[in-house]
Parts: sequence; structure tokens; C-alpha cells
Amino acid sequence: MNEFANRKVYIIAFFVLAGVVILGRLFYIQVIDSYYKRMADQNVMRYEIQYPARGLIYDRNGKLLVGNQTVYDIVVIPRELAAFDTATLSQVLEISPEQIQATLYAIKSKAKKTAAYQPALFRRHVSTEAFALLQEKWFKFPGFYSQARSIRSYPRRVAGNLIGYIGEVDTTSIAADPFYTQGSYIGKIGVEYSYEKALRGKRGVSIYMRDVYNRVKNSYANGRLDTAALPGDNIVCTIDATLQEYGERLMQNKAGSIVAIEPATGEILTLVSTPNFDPELFIDVHRAAERNALSTDPMKPLFNRAVMAQYPPGSIFKCINALIGLQEGTVSEHTTYSCQGGYSVGRRYVGCHYHFSPTNLPQSLQVSCNTYYCHVFRGIIDKYNDPRKGLNIWRRHIESFGIGRKLNSDIPNELRGILPTTATYDRMHGENRWKSPTIISLAIGQGELGVTPLHMANIAATIANRGFYYTPHIVKSIRGERPDSSFLVPHATTVNSSHFEPVVQGMYLAVNGDFGGTARIARIQGVEVCGKTGTAQNPHGEHHSVFICFAPKDDPRIAVAVYVENGGAGAKWAAPTASLIVEKYLTKNISRTWLESYVMDANLMPHNHAQTKQ
Amino acid sequence: MRRRSNNLLTKISWSTIMIWLLLMIIGLVCVYASGFNEEHPRFFDARNHSRLQTIWVGMACIIAVFVVVIESRFYHLFAGFLYFLALLLIVATLIFGHEINGSKSWLSFGFMSLQPVEFMKVATALMLAKVAGAHSFRMQSARSAIPAFAVILLPFALTLLQHDTGSALVFTSFIIVLYRAGLKARFVVSCLFLVFLFILSLLVEPATVTIFIGLLCCCLFMISSRRYKACFTAIGIIAAITLTLHFGLRPLDADLPLFESLIVAHAVMLPVIVIYAWRRKLRYVAAFVVPLFVVSVGINYSVDYVFDNVLKEHQRRRINDLLGIESDLKGWGYNVHQSKVAIGSGGILGKGFLEGTQTKGNFVPEQTTDFIFCTVGEEWGFLGAVVVVGLYLILLIRIVNIAERQKSTFAKLYGYGVAAIFFFHIAVNIGMTIGIMPVVGIPLPFISYGGSSLWAFTILLFVLLKLDVGKYE
Repeated sequence: MNEFANRKVYIIAFFVLAGVVILGRLFYIQVIDSYYKRMADQNVMRYEIQYPARGLIYDRNGKLLVGNQTVYDIVVIPRELAAFDTATLSQVLEISPEQIQATLYAIKSKAKKTAAYQPALFRRHVSTEAFALLQEKWFKFPGFYSQARSIRSYPRRVAGNLIGYIGEVDTTSIAADPFYTQGSYIGKIGVEYSYEKALRGKRGVSIYMRDVYNRVKNSYANGRLDTAALPGDNIVCTIDATLQEYGERLMQNKAGSIVAIEPATGEILTLVSTPNFDPELFIDVHRAAERNALSTDPMKPLFNRAVMAQYPPGSIFKCINALIGLQEGTVSEHTTYSCQGGYSVGRRYVGCHYHFSPTNLPQSLQVSCNTYYCHVFRGIIDKYNDPRKGLNIWRRHIESFGIGRKLNSDIPNELRGILPTTATYDRMHGENRWKSPTIISLAIGQGELGVTPLHMANIAATIANRGFYYTPHIVKSIRGERPDSSFLVPHATTVNSSHFEPVVQGMYLAVNGDFGGTARIARIQGVEVCGKTGTAQNPHGEHHSVFICFAPKDDPRIAVAVYVENGGAGAKWAAPTASLIVEKYLTKNISRTWLESYVMDANLMPHNHAQTKQ
Repeated sequence: MRRRSNNLLTKISWSTIMIWLLLMIIGLVCVYASGFNEEHPRFFDARNHSRLQTIWVGMACIIAVFVVVIESRFYHLFAGFLYFLALLLIVATLIFGHEINGSKSWLSFGFMSLQPVEFMKVATALMLAKVAGAHSFRMQSARSAIPAFAVILLPFALTLLQHDTGSALVFTSFIIVLYRAGLKARFVVSCLFLVFLFILSLLVEPATVTIFIGLLCCCLFMISSRRYKACFTAIGIIAAITLTLHFGLRPLDADLPLFESLIVAHAVMLPVIVIYAWRRKLRYVAAFVVPLFVVSVGINYSVDYVFDNVLKEHQRRRINDLLGIESDLKGWGYNVHQSKVAIGSGGILGKGFLEGTQTKGNFVPEQTTDFIFCTVGEEWGFLGAVVVVGLYLILLIRIVNIAERQKSTFAKLYGYGVAAIFFFHIAVNIGMTIGIMPVVGIPLPFISYGGSSLWAFTILLFVLLKLDVGKYE
């Protein structure tokens, strides 16, 4: 056998060869190929997003409008479930034991081998109080865990459709912005929507190590790669919470809107749209039915009438026609027209109510004389002997008040309103087949006109400022800074400020005139209120009650527009409501409690169908 | 007595013992690390594998002492007895054993379980050394060779019956012993060639393999006979017949596939070549090249059948996975994939002790036993792997050197048996964790968790060390 001794060499060579192959392969997968390192990271790293607390929203006086609260999602890990105290759980969570069993059964049957280690949602949004009760006896519930979650809280429950709400993000938003992932929240309407970027904050991420069952073991690299969540910026609104709350109470059981603006800044003090909704509906997961009912409600509570409803302005438009007439020189402060209960031209007739006659310009506003404004309007349109040119010039003046275009406020979904062009009338009547009498409805704010309550309030503010306005806005500051410098730029109208005094005088007389003033109900002891009523004709039913005003006359601090759908004459509901708002804001006190209860107790809601004009 | 124990302590190969201890310590560290749990981090915690493994290691040391204290003649005298005792244990396991992971290879003694096949390896090494080490033994004669093969095949077959394919394959490694005992190199090479052919047939079209075999046979023929002209003529004729059959029959609407055309061409040419070789007295061609060709083509043709019908589903998948034919990283390919990920993510220096993310996360299955090398690769990196593989290589070379310095053929061949068993375990176990060997459940010597294998490997090694000491007597 010793003749085979040299075979030792071959055998050792074979061993060494195998060793070299193994080491070569090890060198390749450990040192050269990075694929396995990536796979390893993919195996063990779990990125857990740290959701920042959303920014808070305050009113102009620092009162909290929207806060955050912590609620708890109760989750179960199916693998760890054991017998537990069903009675206590049922009592605290207010669900029946049968329901508990059914939920657990559904979770268990869904969880397969590995999913049995994954937490499954058992109950969403358990309040802190209920959770505290559970926590004392937590040991009685093996396999149950909790996840804290920050949701919105609404300490005042006001301005639902102004502030808006947050909800789960939809697929288009996920595709558009990598910030959002399935299940994250986003502002849907209102301030929550327009200031989403500021409010949402910056997400953080914690990287955890997990095991093969997806159980978290510990943090990766001792948390060196983790980033903290930055809370969202706090927002201070221009809204006065007290006034807003008061406005909502005044408007209860009525469809319509109140918009109050601080003329000197364009800051919106109050923006009421009714019917409203309770913002709490959007945070309470157990009130889904009520929430869903909102979108099918014929009165459209989710619809922000203040910026999205385009109404005929009615007689409040006379103020603007007066201003344009003065600017164009077709009428002066002292021009008088007599009124015999109506204005008739050709086949057209515009009726007027009974009042003293003749009137000069301020008096015409005081009594809201239709005849006077038919004269004024025809004067403007016919000034150039060409109704097309006349209409275009009239239109340009109107636009300078922000009407017929978006005001570019920070309220989402703001509508531009309706303002007719020559093309509108060419389409309606045929080219060049219309003249000033054809479009005479525009004289009194009827016809092819649509303005939003925000536009109306802006008109009031512009008159109060005697010729300019600041873009109305609802956010005063974000983290102490002005959100948009464009809000600081005054927008001048095409009407010289000197022409405003007679109109202001007329509006003053409408409220404070000795007799014949249409808005005497809006008079406030010790406050010089200037206002103008409007009664917008509504082909579908009762007229809409409209009123704009500002006060005090010489140092305006508030401009208000009120629109009450189907409220009848402007003096009936809109004027008292606006007047109460002004009084509440300027004096912090209501002297006319009878008027207050008169407005609050009124119920003008239709019982069968909606009559909202959009 | 005093003289002898003195002799034992001075003459025993301490360097081998150091390697053995070192490997066991590495094993303890890796077993502890791979089963590490932050909730019970203590090394000797009752819930940790490291506690039991420490006990196994302690017992292994006691066993080692016993093994070297016993008279060295005992192993030669009782080789047959031990062999049949082990066979009996295997049979007992087949009858009374309990099944773990589909193979019936555990024998329970109430307080502990044993894997008799581990000790069968020791007994077979002894028995084979005794049979092949006999004075009258001549590898070339059938009377000698048949008993030698029988000694290997008996435990091989019984272990297969236990459905423990991995352990059964270990016995094939004894071919190294037979090689050293004089088995023709041609036979060993042919065996390796057949394994190679098996893999090739699974990977490549049969026609291609046939062309490859044909060319290989012609080369062998050319090299051994130096008749280049005849060889090229044969290739030319086979090619011509094949192409004629494959393309020439097409106008007659009889389409013969390439593979069948090749078979026909070979079948036509084969008698011609045999007769040619016979006439020219080319015995080599007649006795070796032609049979090799016939067997190769036969295997080539039957591999698919064997693969589909003889092998079990999980075995087919393991081979397919290894060869990259198909894989399923989430299903049956999961083990090897995760094992490669664990080792591959270790990098050069590794992630450090207890820092392995894959092994800590339990991504690798069987990570304290068959896949223990993952912990080495992940936590100690390429450097750690080099150390472990290097230690094993040194151990193997030492064993071969010890074997070679034995005077008795029995001790010499036993030494090769030890080397063969260690080599097979090391190469296949590490090979499977890095995806160059199919997954078969066999432990890594001295490192894997488990008592039976640790003790059996210890006995295996220390019997050799004892024989080494005994050679001076």
C-alpha cells in the first residue's frame, strides 16, 4: 500500500482546492457583491414614520379654534391573545360583548402564520378618558396594545366650513406629493386645506430593526439616522371667535352668510355660512353616518356660501352705480330725479316703492329709489352714444371693486361671480340689438349679476375706505409672520375717493335718516352705522334679504355683508343681523336684546327643498 | 502505568487538540450569538442554547479523555464489534426512533436523544480501516474490494432508509480512503465525471451534452492512441450522418430532431470504431473510452427520468435552486437565500459580536445547527470566515500528516477516514450556506449546536490521536 503514498499530495490538493473555492465564493458574496447587503437592510429595517403634531389654529385674540388631542387606537396581536375581561372592555368601549367577539374572530381568521405577530386594529379613537380606565386594568387584556394618535380637537366648535377639516388623503394627492402615504391625513377644505403645507409640519422617521415575524427589536444604529418630527406651524386667524360664534347663532335655522371685514386691513373678522356643520363630526370615527349625511343634505352644509354662492346683489349695487356715475360725471351729488313709483322706457318698466320725491343722490340711497338708478345707469351706458363702449367702461369700474373676478383671498374654492360682457348680451339679444334700456336690470343689481357674500363685504369695506380695499383674508400670521405680502397691498378702485362722500352720506341716511331710510332697524345708539339694504328678486321663491354696512362712519372698523336666503326685504332679516354683528363687535354688548331674540328665533329654512342659488 | 500516561501526555498531538479546542470555543461563541435574545442575555441562561452546548463541550472533553485512556489495540480489535453495534443502533432507530424534520434518525433514551448515525461514521471509519488495512487486501482484486465497498454501502443504505440523505451522502466520502488504499484514479475520476455529467445534463440540452461527451471521448482516444487522423475521420463521419439525417430528411417530410440524429449517427459509428480498435489492438479504446461513452450517453438520457421520478420534490427543488434553474426566495429557496444574505451582508470585517441583524432577527432557519456558519460570516465577516476555513484546512492537513506517519495500515487508513468525514461535513455544510452545494442537513464539526455530532467528531479525532500515540509502542 505504500506505493500509493504520493496520493497524499493529491488528497491534500483536493482539500485545499475545495477550501479555495469556498473562500473565493465567500470573498465574492461578502466583499464584492453588494446585493446581499441591500437585501439584509431590506430584511431588517422598518421605517416608522413619526407624524408631527399638526399646527394649531388660533383666532385673532389668541383663542384656540383648533387644537390637537390624543386618542388611542386599540390594537391586538392575535398570537398573544388569551382569555380576557370581556365585560370591562365592553363597558368601557361601549360596544357589546358579541361585537367584541365578532371583531376578534374576524382579526384572527385574517391573520395567517406571520401576520399573527402583527398588530391588527381592534378599535379606533378611544378617548383619553376611556383609555385611562382601561389602562388601570391593562394586565387583564393579554395581547391588547394601544397606539397613541393625535387628532384634531375643536374647543369652540365654530366656523366648521371656514376652518375645514382633515381626512385621509386620496390617491391623486399621494401621486402628486411624496409627503403623503396611504392613510395619512390632509386638509380637505377651508384653512386646513389652504394652509396645509404650513400646518402639516415635517415628518420624522425612526428606523427600527425587526425580526422575521416583523416584531420590532430595537432602533437601528442607536437612532443616529432617525429624524425627529417637526410640529406644524401654528396659525393665527383674523377671525374673532366670539363674533364668529355670535354670527353663527344669529344665522341658526337660516340659509345664508355673514361676512365681516376690518376695512383698514382686509382681515376677515367673521365668515359665517349656514347651514353649518359641527367640525367634531370629522374627528369622531364613530359618527360616520352623520358625516356622510352632510354630503347628501339638500341644504349643502359643506358648501361655503360665503365664497361659493353667487347671488344677485340687489339694491346694494346702487351704491356702486352711484359711484360710477359720479366718476363718469353723468350724475352729481346734487342731481335730482323725481320718482312716480317706477321707471318706464319702451316696453320695459322698473317699479319703485313709495317714498318722498324728488331725491338727490344721497337721498336716493336713503330711500333706495329704483327710478333714480335707472337714470344713473342709463347715463353711464349712454354717455358715449354706444352701449357697447358704455357697458365696457361700466364693467371696468365694477371690476375695480373686485366683482366679477376672484378676490384671491386665502379661502379655497372662491368663485369669481357673474359680470355680464357685451358678448353676454349679444348672445341673449343678438349683436347690436340691445341698448341701455335692454339691460336696465343692472341698475338695481338684478339681471345678469352674481356676487358672493365675500364680494359684498368687500364692497362695504371699499366704500368704508373711500376707494380702496385690501384683499380679504382669514390668516393673520403663520408662526408670527404674515403669510402673504400681497395682503398688504391696497387695491384702488377706478373711482376717485372724493366721490365716495355722497354715497357714504346716503348710506348713513339709510340707517340714520329721520324718515324714509330703508335700514332704520340697523340703527345703533351711539354708533354711526352706514348701510344699504337689498332685496334680491328670486324667481324660485321668497326674495333674498341683503344688507351691507360699515361703522363707524368716519373711522370704519368693521364692514359687514349679510345675505339671508328667502328672507324677504333687506330690512327684515339681513339689516338687523348685520347691525347686531356691528354692535357686538364695536361695543362688546347687545343693548337690543329684543332684536337679538327676534333674529335668533327666526326659522327660515325651507321644509321640503333647497332654494340655494349657486 | 505511570510511564505510559507520561508517554501519552508528551507524545499526543497537542497542536491538533488546540485546534479542536479553538473550534469548540468558536462554536460556543457562535451558538450563543445566533440564539441571542435580549430578554435573557446571560450566557448560561436555561433558555439559551449556549448553556447546553457548554455542557456538551464539557462532556466532549471527558469523552476525549476516555478515548485516549483506552488501550489503542482496542480500536483495532473491536472495530468489527463497534461496527455491528452501530448498525444495530441504526436498525433500532429505524424501528423505535422518532422523526425530526422528516427523517427518522433520533433515538430517545428518556433523558436525552442521540443520533446513532453520528457514531456510525466513527464505526465505519474503523471497520473500513480494518478491512482495507488487512495484509491480504488488494484493491484491484474483487475479493478484497467487494467487502470494502460493502462496509461503506451498508450504513449508506440504512441511513437512506431513515430519510437522512445528508448523513447517507457522508459515507460516499470514504472513497478517499479507498483511493489512498489503491483504488484506480480512473475510477475516482469517472465517479467525479458522472456527478459532473449529472449536473450538466440538468442544465444543458441533451444533444449538446452528447456532442460534449463525444468530443471528450475522441480527445481521450487521440491522447491515448495518438491516431489523430482516425479520430478526426470519426468526428467527421458522425457529423456528416447527423446533419444528413437532421436536414436531409426534411424534403421527405420526415423531421428527425438533432438529438435523435446524433444518437443514430453514434449508433452507426460505434460498431465501426469498436471493430477498428479491436483490429488495431487499441485495448484502451475498447475497454475504457467506448464504455465511458455508452454509459455517459445513457446517463445523459436517463438523468431527466431519475431526476423527475427517483428524487423527491424537496430534493429536486434544492438542486434546481442550487443550479439556478428555478428559485423561490419566499418559499423553498428561502433558507439558502437568507443564509446567503446573512453571510453576504457581513462584509470584510463583519458586523461584530451580537450585532448580526439577520441572525438576531431569526431570518435564517436552523441557525444554531446546520446554518451556524451564517453567524460566523455575518458577525465576523470575511476575515472570520477565513479564520474558520483556515483552521479546518490546517486540521485536515494535520490529520492527513498524522495518518501518513502511522506505521500500521489500519491507523493510516483510519486517519484518512477521519479526514474524509471532516472534509465532507465542512465542504458541504459551508458550501450549502453560501449556495454552492445543495441543502443537506449535516452539522459543521465542533461548531454546530448539538451533543451527538460533537461527541462523535471528538471520538473520531481522538481515536486517531490515540493511535498516533500508540504507534511508538
